[in-house]
Amino acid sequence: MSDRVIAPFEGFGLGLRPPHYAEFLERDVPVDFVEVISENFMVRGGRPLHILDAVRERHPVAMHGVSMSIGSADGVKPDYLRRLKTLVDRVDPLWVSDHLCWTGLEGFNSHDLLPLPYTEEAMDVVCANIARVQEVLERPILLENPSSYLTFADDEMSEHAFMARMCEATGCSLLLDINNIYVSGTNHGFDPAAYIAGVPVERVRQIHLAGHSQGKDLLIDTHDQPVPDPVWALYETACRRFGPVATMIERDDDIPPLSEMLAELDIARARASRMERAA
Amino acid sequence: MSLLAIQRGLRDHILAGGGDRPAGVAPSGEAGLAVYRRAYRAQLVACLRDTFEHTWSWLGDDGFDAAALSHIAARPPGGWTLDAYSEDFSQTLAGLYPDDPEVAELAWLDWSLRRAFDGPDADPITTEALARVDWESAALTLSPTLTIGAVATNSAAIWGALAEGQAPPAVERLPAPAAIRVWRQGLSPQYRTIDAFEQLALAMALDGCGFARLCEQLAGPDDAERVIARMGGLLGAWLHDGLICGVRA
Repeated sequence: MSDRVIAPFEGFGLGLRPPHYAEFLERDVPVDFVEVISENFMVRGGRPLHILDAVRERHPVAMHGVSMSIGSADGVKPDYLRRLKTLVDRVDPLWVSDHLCWTGLEGFNSHDLLPLPYTEEAMDVVCANIARVQEVLERPILLENPSSYLTFADDEMSEHAFMARMCEATGCSLLLDINNIYVSGTNHGFDPAAYIAGVPVERVRQIHLAGHSQGKDLLIDTHDQPVPDPVWALYETACRRFGPVATMIERDDDIPPLSEMLAELDIARARASRMERAA
Repeated sequence: MSLLAIQRGLRDHILAGGGDRPAGVAPSGEAGLAVYRRAYRAQLVACLRDTFEHTWSWLGDDGFDAAALSHIAARPPGGWTLDAYSEDFSQTLAGLYPDDPEVAELAWLDWSLRRAFDGPDADPITTEALARVDWESAALTLSPTLTIGAVATNSAAIWGALAEGQAPPAVERLPAPAAIRVWRQGLSPQYRTIDAFEQLALAMALDGCGFARLCEQLAGPDDAERVIARMGGLLGAWLHDGLICGVRA
């Protein structure tokens, strides 16, 4: 278990995306932090690191990855961890996060966030992998609940119960994606509010908000839409339970102008503030 | 059922693009399996379209996507970064378009410029730094982003027109062997068509060959002076382009 703790941090942020690079470099964008996709900056030089260094001078940065594959039965790849550590040392981020999922196995990488069975064996694998990551990075990490489109016949516990035990065993914390709870809840027929009620309050360090799309049979976590009303409502439920938590909006496709993203972030501020006053 | 067995089953199902529901997946998972199968291919096609923007433009949607799906079927990704997945796509295209060498050449240029974009940083030296060099023993250290590819067609002109949003010229075979060098100057990836002489000189320098020996080997029995003059011109061009990052004794 990692001895270090993540320093308290609250506020409202956005994901740093290429269409907005220029504005982040040229003016003081009113966000409390930015989140970067780690892999986009795990490079050897050039413009990406130049941009990241400049943004880092203006804003605290959270690093969010998509390739750690914390649930792989064959472990986390050492070369990936070395490159991630190099970036962590350069950025000194607020925290480092990735997803509770697996992306690859035995030399194959799907580059997708594939679901895990929530079993005792998976718990052992995930916790061993988290311990290894936290040892190399010399800091506790955050793991995010993924959107999922299938479940497993051998599931032995709920996702939130799995995450609670995982945090307890490893000292890691949670990045709670409200949209993912809604998407998975709709797809698998569980109550998103009951899910939130089962998440350990003290472990939630960041919240993601995003939009989704209706697929043929399932909701799909597309990040190409504004945050929809049911997700905003669930965010208010989360605010009531967790209190002030660093919150950001993810948008990865059909990315609107920065002004629209900032306006949407103001909605998050207003809703969180309203819940805080009501508490 | 072990986690490893479940993950192998899901991996194999995704790679196969269909088939029976993998063992361990709940019976309700059929629709979800289709989501993961589609997402895998769609993401990789999108990655290839992004990296090979001008090759895509040259081939059109149908031609490019067919080549991308062929590549995905033959070479599943292994690396943690999606960028690495693009590395050998030009080889796939060379196999699919054996009579159209400009296709693989365009892809090589797309890929090499992308690689130079986030390649290692290195500061180029100035003309003044060359003033005290003993050329008898000196060897050049070239930009770590430099890469060279042989070309048989006017693919550089086609790529340039596509990048500018102009109508590309018709494909032409080059009258003599040539190459393209790609590197990054400051933060901007660059490319330039070079002749076989410069290609060989750069290749030898990249291999660590000293400057005097390089001139000696490039010169035939009767043209030492001409080669030295040519190399002087190339040194000037390489300095101007920020290609020389050091001189080793």
